[in-house]
Amino acid sequence: MKTESHFAFFDEGSKKEIRRAILKAVAIPGYQVPFASREMPIARGWGTGGLQITLSIIGKTDVLKVIDQGADESVNAVSIKKLVNSTTGVKLVERTQDASIIQSRHRIPEVPLTEDQILVLQVPQPEPLRKVEAREYITKILHSEDDYSGAWLMLFEQIMKYGKTSTGADHPVYVNNRYVMAPSPIPRFDNPKMHQSDALILLGAGREKKIYAVPPYTDVKSLAFDDYPFSVESFAGKHCHLCGATEVFMDELIDTETSETIYQCNDTSYCMDRLNENEEAEVKGNYV
Amino acid sequence: MYEEPILQVRNLHKQFGPGCVQCSSSSDRHLEKNYCPNCGTVYACQNLSFDLYPGEILGIVGESGSGKSTMMQCLYFDAEVTSGEAYIADGHETAYENVFELSSQQQRFIRNHKYGMVYQNPVHGLKMNFSSVGNIAEKLIAAGNRNVADMESTSKTLLESVHIPLFRMKEAPKNFSGGMQQRVQIAKALSNNPPILFLDEVTTGLDLSVQANVLDLIKKIQRELGISMIVVSHDLAVIRMLADRTIVMLNGRIIEEGLTDQILEDPQHAYTQQLVYSLL
Repeated sequence: MKTESHFAFFDEGSKKEIRRAILKAVAIPGYQVPFASREMPIARGWGTGGLQITLSIIGKTDVLKVIDQGADESVNAVSIKKLVNSTTGVKLVERTQDASIIQSRHRIPEVPLTEDQILVLQVPQPEPLRKVEAREYITKILHSEDDYSGAWLMLFEQIMKYGKTSTGADHPVYVNNRYVMAPSPIPRFDNPKMHQSDALILLGAGREKKIYAVPPYTDVKSLAFDDYPFSVESFAGKHCHLCGATEVFMDELIDTETSETIYQCNDTSYCMDRLNENEEAEVKGNYV
Repeated sequence: MYEEPILQVRNLHKQFGPGCVQCSSSSDRHLEKNYCPNCGTVYACQNLSFDLYPGEILGIVGESGSGKSTMMQCLYFDAEVTSGEAYIADGHETAYENVFELSSQQQRFIRNHKYGMVYQNPVHGLKMNFSSVGNIAEKLIAAGNRNVADMESTSKTLLESVHIPLFRMKEAPKNFSGGMQQRVQIAKALSNNPPILFLDEVTTGLDLSVQANVLDLIKKIQRELGISMIVVSHDLAVIRMLADRTIVMLNGRIIEEGLTDQILEDPQHAYTQQLVYSLL
């Protein structure tokens, strides 16, 4: 596979088919375009949707970053990076600013993305109405008739049960005021980053064989009732125990020595960047 | 001065199968019951025409297989008609258009805003795993409501009016008895104050005391809210109690229609006579 494989693993026909699906997805924001999901060298459910998009859009000059739940160095991210690198030879990076394609599982990076970047999200369940309607045939009709009472009903039930909407991730969004879309299991914290995003956002579900997209500068609105407005996870008063960052999405950890609850940036490359900056500033300060 | 009907149905026709030379002309069709012995095409509804007036209850009786439920499904857009027209008059933009020819979005609008439906089997009308209050809210959400407090209070009022104890309102209908499920379904159908309500065999399968409860409720709704209803039943006692006017169907055709008293006391058609006199 290392030396003999085709550029970017796929044959040209496969890439063409997936690119066509992507183009259609971009043309109809939020609409789930079916595509012939390929058998991949990683298991379905491990990011095959995102990987197929990445492999079909990547070029020799692209620079790739892969994150898994915010981390650049988790096994899943590393395996995907290795596969893409060994079949294309593209440069791999960790800094968000240096990448041209960012494949991600369940997070949008803290650093705002730019027009020159493409964000590829891995999606386990692309259908926001699946929990209320099991049949694909029916959900297609519901989408076509703009009937999203099922998605609203799920939020209503949460409010009835818990007194607030309790979506931990994957809070449904309206895209371009037409289609309701599952934003992939990103935390609610990341939902507003999709609204009027500078970067193109592509979402791929390999097991469910669907590709959809949020083109740059598209309205993305999280579903919320009039008297229960949408809110993101709050980290007020918390800061990263490594770099001291505030107002970012943080992981809650237990300090093994003191047993205290501590917080740490979920986005590892963002944290690393800040640590480097801090150190640089310190060194400069000492030198002068 | 004549009252204007709220729902006009003209020549509603529904067949299952393509038809053949022997059965395709509507004037001299040779059918065995409601199907063609040659090609097996079923003519479930043939040329049904009737009017529903504001505030009235229209009863539809007939034996099983006479096309009652198929007609209801067609009117509620659950099934597509083969041909026919229906008009809803209540000052809406599609007032003078044939509702069967509207786009599916417009039909959904009518379903969500103008219609209420109570199915014979609550499984069809309710989401059994969602709370009762959520089930009612679903209809309100579909009709465009986006205010939780408002929907909750509407649901509570409705559940109270159908005698569901409020402490069970957050429970799923799957935990309820058949009669309670039916009452939740009625509450759901009423939630957006629809001008037209369809009731398909609502009391079939319920025990007598619960039947009486549900019938009382329907009568009360008609009196207090002035909702027009089409009630399908094969139970003449239910029709006698509820309906102002009655249509008798047999093999997909309307064979007799008139005031309920008139039909039950002085039936004209041989089948109606048989039906009325076979009452125990």
